[in-house]
Formats: sequence, structure tokens, C-alpha cells
Amino acid sequence: MTTELLTDLTIFALAVLVGFEVISKVPATLHTPLMSGANSIHGVVLIGAMVITAAVSSTYAYALAALAMAFAAMNVVGGYVVTDRMLHMFLRRPAPPAPPAAPAAHGDGEAAAR
Amino acid sequence: MSGVSFTISLIYVLAAVGFVLGLHLMNAPATARRGNLISAGGMAVAVIATVVLLAQHHVGTVNWTVMAVGGVVGGGAGLWEARTVKMTAMPQLVSIFNSVGGGAAALLAINDILQHRHAGISNLSSITGALDILIGLVTFTGSLVAAGKLQGWIPGQPLIFRGSRAFNAVLAVGFLAGGVWLIVSPASTTALVLLLAAAAIFGVTMVLPIGGADMPVVISLLNAFTGTAVAMAGFVIDKPVLIIAGALVGAAGSILTKLMADAMNRSLVSIVVGGFGTGDSAQPAAMTGDVSVRQVTVDDAAIQLGYAGKVIIVPGYGLAAAQAQHEMSALSQYLEDRGIDVSYAIHPVAGRMPGHMNVLLAEANVPYPLLKEMDEINPEFDRADVALVVGANDVTNPAARRPGNPISGMPILDVDHAKSIIVIKRSLGHGYAGLDNELYADPKTEMFFSDAKKGLSALLAAMKTLVA
Repeated sequence: MTTELLTDLTIFALAVLVGFEVISKVPATLHTPLMSGANSIHGVVLIGAMVITAAVSSTYAYALAALAMAFAAMNVVGGYVVTDRMLHMFLRRPAPPAPPAAPAAHGDGEAAAR
Repeated sequence: MSGVSFTISLIYVLAAVGFVLGLHLMNAPATARRGNLISAGGMAVAVIATVVLLAQHHVGTVNWTVMAVGGVVGGGAGLWEARTVKMTAMPQLVSIFNSVGGGAAALLAINDILQHRHAGISNLSSITGALDILIGLVTFTGSLVAAGKLQGWIPGQPLIFRGSRAFNAVLAVGFLAGGVWLIVSPASTTALVLLLAAAAIFGVTMVLPIGGADMPVVISLLNAFTGTAVAMAGFVIDKPVLIIAGALVGAAGSILTKLMADAMNRSLVSIVVGGFGTGDSAQPAAMTGDVSVRQVTVDDAAIQLGYAGKVIIVPGYGLAAAQAQHEMSALSQYLEDRGIDVSYAIHPVAGRMPGHMNVLLAEANVPYPLLKEMDEINPEFDRADVALVVGANDVTNPAARRPGNPISGMPILDVDHAKSIIVIKRSLGHGYAGLDNELYADPKTEMFFSDAKKGLSALLAAMKTLVA
């Protein structure tokens, strides 16, 4: 038990570090899809719901398990589909038909904005 | 470990790799869609592997049925909503999905405690269980309130009642007490109920005082919460794949929340403490103060646009609210066909969420290269003949350049640098910050009071007759 917990804690700590690193400089454009994508990943709770559902044996537990299954499945399926729909819209027309005439050299945008 | 369960553990590792890789690929527009598919693929194999794993054990028919019915009903509902939702309502939907994810994580721990409480649960496992219930339920109700605010079922302005701070403190004491009690004696129903009630109510009272403008950041924060709850659920049932995915989302979600708050120039603390962001305050034709503004007729506006050389369109929340993206797209297409240089200035928080405006305009077939981010477009306003502001307010207010007001320091679009400015807006109502927009009083600015959808159609029709 203690070994298991220790392993789990190690995994948790490392996964947190990976999570901090995996998101770097994201253009603001992608913030919403990225959030939605992360949202679908925590739908992995579906696996937990399945494991729990397999083990229950009383009426109220069946009800709770069914609700957990429905919630989790909704999170997974809906999450991935809506993320894909968002991203699909960005990429529907990949070939830029006619980019506006190249703007004159304009130093640092931030400086010019002041 | 049997061959089968070893293989299944390997598949879980593979799934976890898919999640990390997928999330990483979603950092860049070019690879984002592939990233999401990889992540979805990881999820699919993990679910299939779980079915195989469970089939190894003697799982009753009822259990399989419950699993299948729950999965199909939930999955079907999710699929249907995700397919049919209007893109303007998408932030709410993400919030709903986040809510049910948190709810599922909480239910998992509740079920686990109810199953095993008489067999005895170790303290360590009840700690994670209590945390799972707490975080999961706060997310569940909090995300529902956030979705309700975005949908307009709950008023967008900060809802604060007298003594709300004290009430929240009582709730915090309630869930802490309930949690500790539950950890010490997992068999206590009273402890469980206390924790459930306090956590559920706290989720509501946490989000209610936060203004509609800050909702995207809150949803992202709650998203990170759900990730953490799922990681705790992973501890409860000892499934490393849940721990990995949950911790990943918890951490990545926190970073994303920080990025979003930075883009809006808001600190996370001030958002959660609340009070700013009055949501949608469009009182029709409510003239505020003694600002004198110039109005423009639709014909004059059409002629100005039709004979301009360079037009920059500044879409804002009003465009999204009126669902006028298709009219916007038709108008800009018409201008382009006349050889006019058209681009869109996208403020990082235009619409309801960072990136939301891009999604809306992409839905209306506006070519992606026309969308320019703030830093890229700001120097171009000096050369623009007309800046067409459609339903954007605070992000164009020059007052942000001065200290001493609620939006001071917020990055804004330099709309006032354009040679002339046409603002399509329903009224002179305030934006989220509740400020008069100095842009509207600028001598170069002309106001065209109209709903974005009707205004843009009228503008296009006028242009077709006058400047064909």
C-alpha cells in the first residue's frame, strides 16, 4: 500500500512538472482551443468511472455509477468533438489566397503603439 | 502480473504519452488539430483497454449494462451538443463539459467511500478521496454558474450580497471540517453530507461575485481544478493514467489561466476576489454623461468605406452577441472585391474568450491571414483610412493609456490613430469596465447606432447601391 502510494505520488509530481512545461508560448488565438483540449483530457475520469461501475453492487451505487459514467462520457466525447470543430475552423482554408500587401517596415509593434 | 494486464498497463502508458504529446502539439496553430487527434486516440485506446481489463474479471451483466447505458447516454449527449452548438455559445459548452468532468470525479470518490467505508479505508486514501470530492464538487457547481452567466441565465454582473465574505468563510470552515472529519472516520454519513453541501454551495458563491468579463479566466481556472480532482480520483482507485492526465491538466491549466489573465492585464487574485466586470450592460440609446458624439447615416458610412484604400475592422463582443459574423464576412468580402485592403484587428480578449473571435470569424469563412493580432496590427492603424469598430468597447478606449482608471495599462488597439473611425454599436452603453469610451468623443469618430447584424447588412446593402 505504502509503496503504491509512493509510486503514485512520484507519478503525480512528475506529471505536474510536465504539465507546467508542456504549455509554452501559446498565441492568444489558441487559448480557447487549448483550454478545450485540456478539458477533454481530464475526461480520462471515464476510465475511473468504468472501474468503479464494474465493482458496485447496490441500487444507489448503480445510480451514482451510471451518473458518473454519463458525466464522464459527456466530458470526453463532447470535449474532443468541440475542440476539433474549433480547430477545424481555423484550418478550413489553409492556403492564404492573397495576403495583404507587405506592410512597410515598422520596428517594434509595442514601441509604435505608444 | 498476467500478460493481459501487463499489456494493458503499457497501453495506459501509451495513452499518457498521447495526452502529453497532444497537448504540446496544440501550442501551435499548424499542429493543433493533429495534437487533439493524438490526444483523442490516446483516450480511445485507454477506454478500449479498460473494457478488455474489466472483461478479465467477473463483472456482472447489470454492471456492464449500467456502464453501457451511462456511457452511451452521456457520450451521445456530449456528441450532439458539441456538433450542434453555435460557435457563439461555445465557451458555455466548454464550461458544461468541465462541470460534468468535475462531477464525475466527485461521484467516483463518493461511490468509493460508500463502497468501502465499512471495510475500512486507510487515512491516506480518504485524504485523496475527500480532496477529490471537495475540488470536484466546487468545479461542478462553479462551472455551471459560469456557464449560466455566459448564457445570460444568471446576470453577468458581479453578484455580491451583504456578508458574502463571512458566508464564504463559514462554508470554507464547513468543508474543511467535513473533510477532516471524513478523513478521520470515513464511515460517517454526516461528515460526507457536510462536505458535499459545503463544497457544492462554495462553488456557487465563489463564481457569483465574478463579473462576466472575467468568466473565461474562471473557466480556465476551474478546468485546472477538475484536472486536480481527476488526479485525486486516480489516487483513490490507484490508476496512474488518471493521475498523469489529471496532474497534466491541473498544471497546464494553471499556466493557461495565468496566460489568459495576463492577456487581459488582470491579476488572478483580483479576478477571484471579484467586483470588476459588469457583463452585458447595453441599455438601448442610453446617453451617458454629456459626451457629444457625431452620428453618421448608413449611406455616408457606406460611401466612406467603399472609397477607402485601407480598412481595418475591429470586431468585439457586440459582434459575437449579435451573431453578426456572417454579415461581417460578407461586408469584408465585398470590400476586398473592390480592391480595398481589409484586415481584422483581433484584440487578445475580443469576444468572450481569448481566441473566441478567431473561431467566430473562421466559422464565417473569413480567411485566416486577414486576422491580425494586436501587436501586428497596431502600427497599421496610422495608415488606415477607416477603422470600422463593430461592437468593441473597452479594448479601443484610449483612456487605458493613462493611469488612474479601471482599464489603465490594459493593452488596447490603437483605433484612434486611424484617419477616420466608424463605430457600430447599439448605444453609448458602457463596456465591462463601466467607463465612457473617449474614442466616441474623438472628432474623427462617427457613431452608427445599430445592432451589429442589422447595421452590417444595411451597410452592405447601401454600399451595393451607392458604390457599385
